Amino acid sequence: MSQQHQPELLSGGAMLIRALRDEGVEFVYGYPGGAVLHIYDALFQQTEVKHVLVRHEQAATHMADAYARASGKAGVVLVTSGPGATNAVTGIATAYMDSIPMVVICGQVMSHLIGDDAFQETDMLGISRPIVKHNMSVRNPADIPYMVKKAFYIAQSGRPGPVVLDIPKDMTMPNQKFPYEYPKDIKLRSYNPNAKGHPGQIKKALQTLLAAKKPVLYSGGGVILGQASAELTELAQQLNLPVTNTLMGLGAYPATDPQFIGMLGMHGTYEANQAMHNADVIFAVGARFDDRVTNATKKFCPNATIIHIDIDPASISKTIMAHIPIVGLVKPVLQEMLHQLKKHGNTLDQAALGQWWHQIKQWREVHGGRFEHRTDLLKPQAVIEAVWRHTKGDAYVTSDVGQHQMFAAQYYKFDKPNRWINSGGLGTMGFGLPAAMGVKLHYPDAEVVCVTGEGSIQMNIQELSTCKQYGLGVKIINLNNGYLGMVKQWQDMNYDSRYSSSYMDSLPDFVKLAEAYGHVGIRVTSPEELEPALERAFALKDKLVFLDIHVDPKEHVYPMQVPGGAMNDMFLSKTERT
Amino acid sequence: MRHIIAVLLENESGALARVVGLFAQRGYNIDSLTVAATEDPTMSRLTLVTRGDDQVIEQITKQLHKLIEVVKLTDLSESAHIERELMMVKVKASGAQREEVKRNADIFRGQIIDVSPTTYTIQVVGTSEKLEAFIEAMEGTQILETVRSGVSGISRGEKALSL
Ligand SMILES: Cc1ncc(C[n+]2csc(CCOP(=O)(O)OP(=O)(O)O)c2C)c(N)n1
Ligand SMILES: [Mg+2]
Repeated sequence: MSQQHQPELLSGGAMLIRALRDEGVEFVYGYPGGAVLHIYDALFQQTEVKHVLVRHEQAATHMADAYARASGKAGVVLVTSGPGATNAVTGIATAYMDSIPMVVICGQVMSHLIGDDAFQETDMLGISRPIVKHNMSVRNPADIPYMVKKAFYIAQSGRPGPVVLDIPKDMTMPNQKFPYEYPKDIKLRSYNPNAKGHPGQIKKALQTLLAAKKPVLYSGGGVILGQASAELTELAQQLNLPVTNTLMGLGAYPATDPQFIGMLGMHGTYEANQAMHNADVIFAVGARFDDRVTNATKKFCPNATIIHIDIDPASISKTIMAHIPIVGLVKPVLQEMLHQLKKHGNTLDQAALGQWWHQIKQWREVHGGRFEHRTDLLKPQAVIEAVWRHTKGDAYVTSDVGQHQMFAAQYYKFDKPNRWINSGGLGTMGFGLPAAMGVKLHYPDAEVVCVTGEGSIQMNIQELSTCKQYGLGVKIINLNNGYLGMVKQWQDMNYDSRYSSSYMDSLPDFVKLAEAYGHVGIRVTSPEELEPALERAFALKDKLVFLDIHVDPKEHVYPMQVPGGAMNDMFLSKTERT
Repeated sequence: MRHIIAVLLENESGALARVVGLFAQRGYNIDSLTVAATEDPTMSRLTLVTRGDDQVIEQITKQLHKLIEVVKLTDLSESAHIERELMMVKVKASGAQREEVKRNADIFRGQIIDVSPTTYTIQVVGTSEKLEAFIEAMEGTQILETVRSGVSGISRGEKALSL
């Protein structure tokens, strides 16, 4: 063996960083502390893997998460033991609920101290177990390259998810060196994530779909994670199917295409929820029949035969029984369907489909995303429409949680996948700003907009400092209604408007706050100020601009499903109910 | 319905906690659980007795499968199988009682595995039902302590849960 092929000797800390490099990691988001000092020192001694210092570990997890949502590759977090690790918990749970690939490296106290209630010791494996795809602890420094490979493999394959790697401090000692070699690939006897779907089931699914008179294609986040947007769009267009997307699936099918009937579920469009309820065949692709979609499962879509493609068998027939289950990655399954369709030909009953479309168009007329246009008061929906116009529908839009999130989902028309970045499953307030930062860091030339509320933004406002340090010119659209609006809406509807703790008293001056952090702040209080403000904000290319936009505090999000009802039981406004 | 699920698991620390955690987290029942290494020391075998309707059992097996360390699993109760549980019962036994206890143990093919002047410890092996029947039969006797191993199960015939 030649000298060059001799594996290099590296410390555990250096091996960790080298392994990240060899995995193609460019950025690590984190925060230092005692248990990870050796690792931070190893980071310092190289330049290929760059570290982004956040101001709170939660933000590091959301940055990594959003990078993954935009790019499809796992984001990487580095935190210290104890409080560093526990601060990361919300972000890990957020990623877990939305099946986002992420590798979280947590420091841990020295091996011999584990179990002694040592300083900054917490059982991170125990804490994170229910909110990770997998977690592992390093027992021997020599295992680090293999364990990093394994962590990425598990996080990114099959149904993706976060993986926690717990590393006791003595595993990264600078003076103990080991031969470093990064494994090329990895195989686990207990884990085989690459199902292609059973051809017989796929055939059956296609036959059922082609026999439908009232079909609906219902697609979710799995299509985005599975990078199958092109296949989905092609199949939908070949068959002229009405397409509805879940909150997590927006952008998988172009929203400006006439076949798109909008988001479905709790704040879905009237036409999407009606089409679902009345469908004879529901073709579910990478969606999981979440309770925010189905409403009461007993009343769910009474006449529908359900075809369900999902990589995770546990997602199939969990809440709604699937008649034709297909376990597989959505991309190869849809490819196989397209292939079979080509051979078989489109035998859909065109007259019936025409009638179905006629019916859907009538439903579309009923509500059609209408909202009140006012000259004296800014409507949040109008703000989102304006942002959509100013960004030519091509921005990455992150959001927090609340009414503003739903308005963004309803009124920003996403034509591309991976552009809409929000915490759907966990509904984590505080997600929006760090998420925007994670995207902007990797796509510095792209327009990145964070749609937030005055409540949510304050959950991670400290990250304005990180934005300054790394020059992250995101645009913050703060739909300031002076209330925890979504909470207030429920209190209006169910608690006789008793606003128990939903008013955010003593709000800061967000313009001054943005300026204090070294950014640009613009306040917008009336409709005529909106256009010039957006004009100015988007013209300031490299600057972070905080737009504090005062919107109608009384507005509600509609349509809204009636709790406990069927999919199509909806409120259409404060006074109309289906 | 009662189901007996047999699981082959990577013999790694934390793997068992993941299985138990799954049941707690998702609100599934565990009637009993036994686990030990197999002839291949890199793998352990776990037998789990649980209850639920078909949909719940389907979710349980799917969720177990999702755990990275689960290599293979089977619902033994779906086909012919054998189940065994071991129980040790320590009872008060003095004077005439001693004969009575011994007779009962014989009927259940139990063995007296420890004696003291005032106690007997009996070992009984069988299905969970048989062990419960034995406890019932001992009604007149003062039970000081019982310990049960939980059910272990295996398929009948050539069917085997292995790699
Ligand atoms: C961390 C966290 N805490 C609490 C909630 C519950 N919650 C959901 S929406 C909401 C109000 C959000 O207020 P704001 O950010 O101002 O948005 P708005 O609804 O007013 O647009 C709250 C408190 C949550 N989703 N996340
Ligand atoms: Mg608000």
